[in-house]
Amino acid sequence: MSATDLSPALKPKTAAPESRDKGGPAQPLVIVKDLQKHFPVRGGILGRTQAMVQAVDGVSFEVKKGETLGIVGESGCGKSTTARLLIGLIEKDKGEIIFDGQGLGETLSLKDLRKDVQMVFQDSYASLNPRLTIEDSVAFGAKVQGLDDPNGRARSLMARVGLDPDRFAHRYPHELSGGQRQRVNIARALAMSPRLVVLDEAVSALDKSVEAQVLNLLSDLRREFGLTYIFISHDLNVVRYISDRILVMYLGEVVEVAPVDSIWQEQAHPYTRSLFSAMPSMDPDSRTQEPPLAGDPPNPIDPPKGCRFHTRCRFASEVCKTRVPKLMGLPGNAEHLAACHLHDATSGHPKAGQGVPQ
Amino acid sequence: MALAETDAMQGGKTEKPQGYWAGVGARVVRDPVSMICLVVVLLLILSAIFAPYLGLPDPYKGSMIARLKPLGTEGHLLGTDEQGRDMLARLIYGGRLTLFIGLMPVVLAFFIGSALGIVAGYVGGMTNTIIMRVVDVFFAFPSVLLAIAISGALGAGIVNSLVSLTIVFIPPITRVAEAVTSGVRALDYIDAARATGASALTVIRVHVIGNVLSPIFVYATSLTSVCMILAAGLSFLGIGVRPPEPEWGLMLNTLRSAIYINPWLSALPGVMIFITSLCLNLLSDGLRSAMNVRD
Amino acid sequence: MLSYFFRRLLLVLPVAFGVSVICFMLVQIAPGDPLTAIMPVDATAEEQAAMRAAYGLDKPLPVQYAIWIGNLAQGDMGKSIATGRPVAQEVFGAVQNSLLLAVSAAVIAFPIGIFLGFLAGYFRDTLLDRAVTALSITGVSVPNYWLGIVLVIIFSVNLGWLPSMGAGPGGSQSWEWDWLHMRHLILPAVTLAVVPIGIVARTVRALAGDILTMDFVQALYAKGMSRGDVLRHVARNAASTALSVMGLQLGYLLGGSILIETVFNWPGSGFLLSNAIFQRDLPLLQGTILILALFFVAMNLIVDVAQAAIDPRIKRS
Repeated sequence: MSATDLSPALKPKTAAPESRDKGGPAQPLVIVKDLQKHFPVRGGILGRTQAMVQAVDGVSFEVKKGETLGIVGESGCGKSTTARLLIGLIEKDKGEIIFDGQGLGETLSLKDLRKDVQMVFQDSYASLNPRLTIEDSVAFGAKVQGLDDPNGRARSLMARVGLDPDRFAHRYPHELSGGQRQRVNIARALAMSPRLVVLDEAVSALDKSVEAQVLNLLSDLRREFGLTYIFISHDLNVVRYISDRILVMYLGEVVEVAPVDSIWQEQAHPYTRSLFSAMPSMDPDSRTQEPPLAGDPPNPIDPPKGCRFHTRCRFASEVCKTRVPKLMGLPGNAEHLAACHLHDATSGHPKAGQGVPQ
Repeated sequence: MALAETDAMQGGKTEKPQGYWAGVGARVVRDPVSMICLVVVLLLILSAIFAPYLGLPDPYKGSMIARLKPLGTEGHLLGTDEQGRDMLARLIYGGRLTLFIGLMPVVLAFFIGSALGIVAGYVGGMTNTIIMRVVDVFFAFPSVLLAIAISGALGAGIVNSLVSLTIVFIPPITRVAEAVTSGVRALDYIDAARATGASALTVIRVHVIGNVLSPIFVYATSLTSVCMILAAGLSFLGIGVRPPEPEWGLMLNTLRSAIYINPWLSALPGVMIFITSLCLNLLSDGLRSAMNVRD
Repeated sequence: MLSYFFRRLLLVLPVAFGVSVICFMLVQIAPGDPLTAIMPVDATAEEQAAMRAAYGLDKPLPVQYAIWIGNLAQGDMGKSIATGRPVAQEVFGAVQNSLLLAVSAAVIAFPIGIFLGFLAGYFRDTLLDRAVTALSITGVSVPNYWLGIVLVIIFSVNLGWLPSMGAGPGGSQSWEWDWLHMRHLILPAVTLAVVPIGIVARTVRALAGDILTMDFVQALYAKGMSRGDVLRHVARNAASTALSVMGLQLGYLLGGSILIETVFNWPGSGFLLSNAIFQRDLPLLQGTILILALFFVAMNLIVDVAQAAIDPRIKRS
């Protein structure tokens, strides 16, 4: 099955992203500014709000057109909340989401955003309606959006993701393997002709061999359909493989953003450093020297003051407990951003401006 | 992409998969107990519907001289009641009202309760709180007590019985519907459907109802037996169907006076209630296990 | 533990409020004028209006409700229209008799139900299991008012062993713990016990079956624990659910004994209730339902608290 024998129904849509481009190639597809989402914790007899979980707290980043931004972090750091905020499944408390130059809730309605942004979920089974056939699941979005020939689109997309429509169209999700189901999920996202696809741990639940196949498929599809990806995972190797840039989150905040090669060379934030050092290495010469991160992440209901990582950071000093570090470019590498007092010469940290010690 | 083909193409059977309900039906048919019960219930319903065409004596026409004839009497296979009316005819005609008042409330409560529960479970928040707190209050009454309280206040009558029994069964069905719907609501495919920009109504119609209705339905079928017993019980107490209508509970009540004269005759209407409720219970159990096969 | 109790108690208040509203509404949905029973047929419009005002029936519903609840708080549930006696007095006497019947039925039903259910759960998929399952499904399917009649036919009419009516010799209303009175209790208590036997057996069977297949049971056997000790662990795990089912059943027995009390002329709350219905004695109807429902609410509360006391998972959530 190659891209050339796609049905005519799909053809015009493959060219669509260009025509839908409003801001030109220089305009980032997504700009997120100070995004914030706090979930209330209800309790007591009257169900009053007792506290707020600061799931996402002041997150800012950009996604350029056609790139893949990988987001990594421990579970509970706000990765998935960020993803769901981006596709409007949960409402943001504060901040801006600017999609191709248009602010969500200003010039861009949620309804319009949903035409351009789709998501692939982690649990391939829970994300498919068990009572719908594969074809109906894939065609549902296109039907809702009133695109022409939804079932034709569904079938040709199934073919494109490697599922023979004659064999699979009328099957139910429980009759498919995990990898096959995840292909269906990808086809369903693409059936809406999105420009941005958010992949939330989309390959994490798959066997390693199947994971590799699906990753390859995703790379091919991105090129072919001119897509932009936000790829969320806890697996650094996978993120490295597919991403152009990597964003690291910790307790609802962005601690580091950098191009893949740059971050692989130098992890500018102590947290990123410990994440990377926790990765098992195949090379006996590059044994892990760093002690692993101790303890669990602090409670997001009551995150530490100042730098949120200071409770687990080897290099923390007094200033880290009081002042919140700003996300800023490293000296000599403006593309590589980190939020750490060690890199800010004016921060007042005893070792300020020296970078993370080896 | 060569590797991908192997993963994607495996399990290449091409036969068209069996639909969900066809599978359930096939499993029910294969279970002898369920089949017998199904046949009995269908026979009861059909004989009630076609009672006038069965060549039975008039169930309302009594005879002063032919009262309380024992079982096996010439011309009265199951004897006669305290007014000399043919028991067989009254038992078969009695199925009309008994089955109607015994099953209809669950049907009505199924629609109303499902609607309330699905809305509460899908919308959540304040809507959910209001609906479910009201349901909680109704749960503070044992079902027998609630049915008798409402029927007792409204007075006897077919419509009043339907109303009171429907009110009794709405809260439990709502509670189950809400629980099932909240469970489904949390699954990713609902988020995926919402992300397409579909309206809440479309999401509920396409993605929620099909997945919550069968567990609610199975639960509702398990209530039919209780409802039958309760409906006949209301008539037995004298706050259901009014005489001289033939109805099993009412017949059981009026025949109590005959308990020393012709005891087994006076127990007959209860046998009908028992058989019906037993078959409904077994059928519901059969349906439950037939539908649970996949989980 | 104490804080759980108080939190749970506070949750009961809105339910109790709702229950009182429903009981209040019972009189409102009743057809006809509540005064027709006591008003002379030839009363003039002025006399009717005066009577209405005297009973507070000219006031808006919420005000009427507030007055009713205010009186209730002082233990005043109104007077029975039929007997003229205070409703509270009538109801409490009857509830005692109903409680006696319900508890007797529970004493019969729970041990039998637990025993049968455990046998079936332990010997899953054997002939014994199938027999118990059939028995319990029969138990929950039987219309117990009919079963009562059948038992009367067998033991009173045919065998003449046991009395079929009342709570004591000669229609006695006062209970004594002697054989003369207790023989009156046997048939209604056994009749009432049949449904809970079925339900408890079903619950315990499912619980025992589920717990016995859990990994921790395998682990206990694997480390050499004796069969009896393992069963103790199983019983501990089943206790909290079984207890809550039985507690609810006790509540149902009290509220559900109405039909049985009618069959056996047992002078309990159900008997009172059916009298109230036929005499259109709405204050008595209202009062009886309210007391029975509040008793059921209290029973639920006790069950929840008891469950929390023996199940460590509940307190924390």
